[in-house]
Amino acid sequence: MKQTAAFALATALLLGTAHAQEKVTLTVAAFPSLDSAIKAILPAWTKLHPNVTINLQAQQFADHHNAMTTALATGQGLPDVMAIEIGYVGKFAEGQGLENLNSAPYNAAQYKKLFTPFTIAQATGPDGRFIAMPTDIGPGTFFYRKDVLDKAGVNPLTMQSSWENYIASGKKIKQKTGAYLVNTAASVYNLIIRTNLKAGEGIYFDKQNNLLVGPDSARFVRAMTLAKQVRDAGLDAKIGEWSNEWYDAFKKGTVATQFSGAWLQGALQNWMAPDTKGLWRVQNLPEKGFASWGGSFYGIPSKAKNKQWAWEFIKFMTLNQQSQITAFEDNGAFPALIAAQKDKAFSEPVEFLGGQKARVLWRDAAAKTQPIDVNKYDSVADQILQTELTNVLEQGKDIKQALADARAQIARRAR
Amino acid sequence: MSQRTPTAAPPRAPWSYTRFQQRFAPYLFVSPFFLLFAVFGLFPLLFSLFLAFHLWSPLDGVGNWKFVGFENFQLALGPTDMFWKSLKNTVWIGLLSGIPQHLVALPLAFIIHHSLRRFQGAFSTILFLPYITNAVAIAIVFATLYSERLGILNYLGGLVGLDPVRWLGDPNMVPYSVAAVVFWRYVGWNTVLYLSGLQAISEDVYEAATVDGANGWQKFWYITLPLLRPMMFYAFTLTIVGSMQLFEEPFMLLNDGGGSGGAGLTSAMHIFNTAFRDLDMGYASAMSWLLFLAIFALSMLNNYLFSRDGGRR
Repeated sequence: MKQTAAFALATALLLGTAHAQEKVTLTVAAFPSLDSAIKAILPAWTKLHPNVTINLQAQQFADHHNAMTTALATGQGLPDVMAIEIGYVGKFAEGQGLENLNSAPYNAAQYKKLFTPFTIAQATGPDGRFIAMPTDIGPGTFFYRKDVLDKAGVNPLTMQSSWENYIASGKKIKQKTGAYLVNTAASVYNLIIRTNLKAGEGIYFDKQNNLLVGPDSARFVRAMTLAKQVRDAGLDAKIGEWSNEWYDAFKKGTVATQFSGAWLQGALQNWMAPDTKGLWRVQNLPEKGFASWGGSFYGIPSKAKNKQWAWEFIKFMTLNQQSQITAFEDNGAFPALIAAQKDKAFSEPVEFLGGQKARVLWRDAAAKTQPIDVNKYDSVADQILQTELTNVLEQGKDIKQALADARAQIARRAR
Repeated sequence: MSQRTPTAAPPRAPWSYTRFQQRFAPYLFVSPFFLLFAVFGLFPLLFSLFLAFHLWSPLDGVGNWKFVGFENFQLALGPTDMFWKSLKNTVWIGLLSGIPQHLVALPLAFIIHHSLRRFQGAFSTILFLPYITNAVAIAIVFATLYSERLGILNYLGGLVGLDPVRWLGDPNMVPYSVAAVVFWRYVGWNTVLYLSGLQAISEDVYEAATVDGANGWQKFWYITLPLLRPMMFYAFTLTIVGSMQLFEEPFMLLNDGGGSGGAGLTSAMHIFNTAFRDLDMGYASAMSWLLFLAIFALSMLNNYLFSRDGGRR
């Protein structure tokens, strides 16, 4: 307590009077393409704080997070500001290596209402510690090839209304155009298990660490059943994401729909399939399912040297409307800050999507996305279930049996 | 018996350079190895043994580990655990890649040694190339070969009317696809090993056999094979150890999940995932030690088979 008070005092002194002259170097560790957004925002920061130099250390995605994990374990080589991707923020929230931004001198509670709500929960640990400020989000959305659906005479709204209609439309598309419905049946499974969760539920565990997977779980049974229907009807192209086949399918239109984060539009436009401009449209996910698909955060390690400036920097990156818009313009990072989402750029039509006002749709989807509870054994459960799903799809294993086996395996590992 | 008076020890010089040199300098000179070994060899070894009996996530920080006794080992040895599946994958891929490696490398070395001796240098270089090729390049090339819709293999298969094969998508196919890359990468290495072994065999023996009227096959079977035994033992051991620790090739081709249904998930990959993705260091350490025991047992078996057979000598 004493330490906190002293720190608060020091902060007040530093920020109040002395800092105008002092020279500070702030180390910021990030990964692509967040580093590109930081570089775009840096000139504005330097203008405001000419005495604070930013030392940006960017590593590849996995390398960055491995390095941060090791640094947190040993307390050595930590940056002042740590960028954290959504897949890691839950794990980092369970550890004790990052500052709790709820407490003084940060008092971040006052800013929470400024962000898209579900991101706050993602950065909050089970003990209520809030360890990172959100900067960008990935609203989940339903991409489809308008030309393919038109040719098959399928109404996209029918596909959106229910999963059963989605599959029925898929059969029609396959029959009339030869195009597959989806890249892999696992996509259908992965989406169903992530949407329409009750409050206090995570994907695999609830708030009290109870395991939600099992033969009695309606969500998992339905997810596997529908995935199996897709596979049995020959509607999936059996291709994984981020593969050459995947990009090829986008280019040639051999797969009619794709569930993804809003960021996929930028990737399609920039390098995956630029020639398909105008052929794509987006709508909300089936059965009013809203899901978060990616996102990034900034946290401060407890052993950082320049916590005061780190906090100033994070506030500048996350709470400053212009910074958030700069990041959006730089690489399409969808702002977590609600005020930035109201910028006029968001109501402009997206030409790649045939002039659709897609960003308004994504903004609404983000607002409706419910927080999902994270658990440190999520990655364990995910791996075990993916294997069981393959058993169901490829080897015809009984779904209830697969889920019972998965439950037993996860329960052993989650200690 | 003569009377002995205790004599005083010769006076010791408090410090002399010569004395220092004689007694301590050797230790000083060998110390770099031991220091490096202690830091990068011994410490990780002991730390992982320590962790194998604890529950620890690196994010909890150093010191915040919980003693769990043999729980991590029990977990790994449980019948439904992924560790068994990964071990099974590892052994299966090891057999699929290891046996053909030696079946091809040995005769190939024999042929090069006896019939193509003029080109031996060139052959050695070519055979060694896959072994030193950059892993990323291998991943790109084989991903292109194996690609289901765009790949060369399925294109060639299609020309002769074969259905496209899901080389990296079908769980039944994955071990063969991975094993083929491992085979390609190490068959040359083994051939070079056998070539050097063949060079150690005296020409006189072959000449004597020729005089006795032995044909090529008889020379191979009755001379080359028995005299190559030490080199075979060495090559087999390397293959066993390498196969059991297989990580790079499946990781490059299938990413960390080990492909469809984890069919290409080897034990080393599973340990890597458990440690650095699931952050369950204790469980990963326990599995590392179990893997070590498995490798040790297989090496001993190899040793036994070779020495038992060799008893006839």
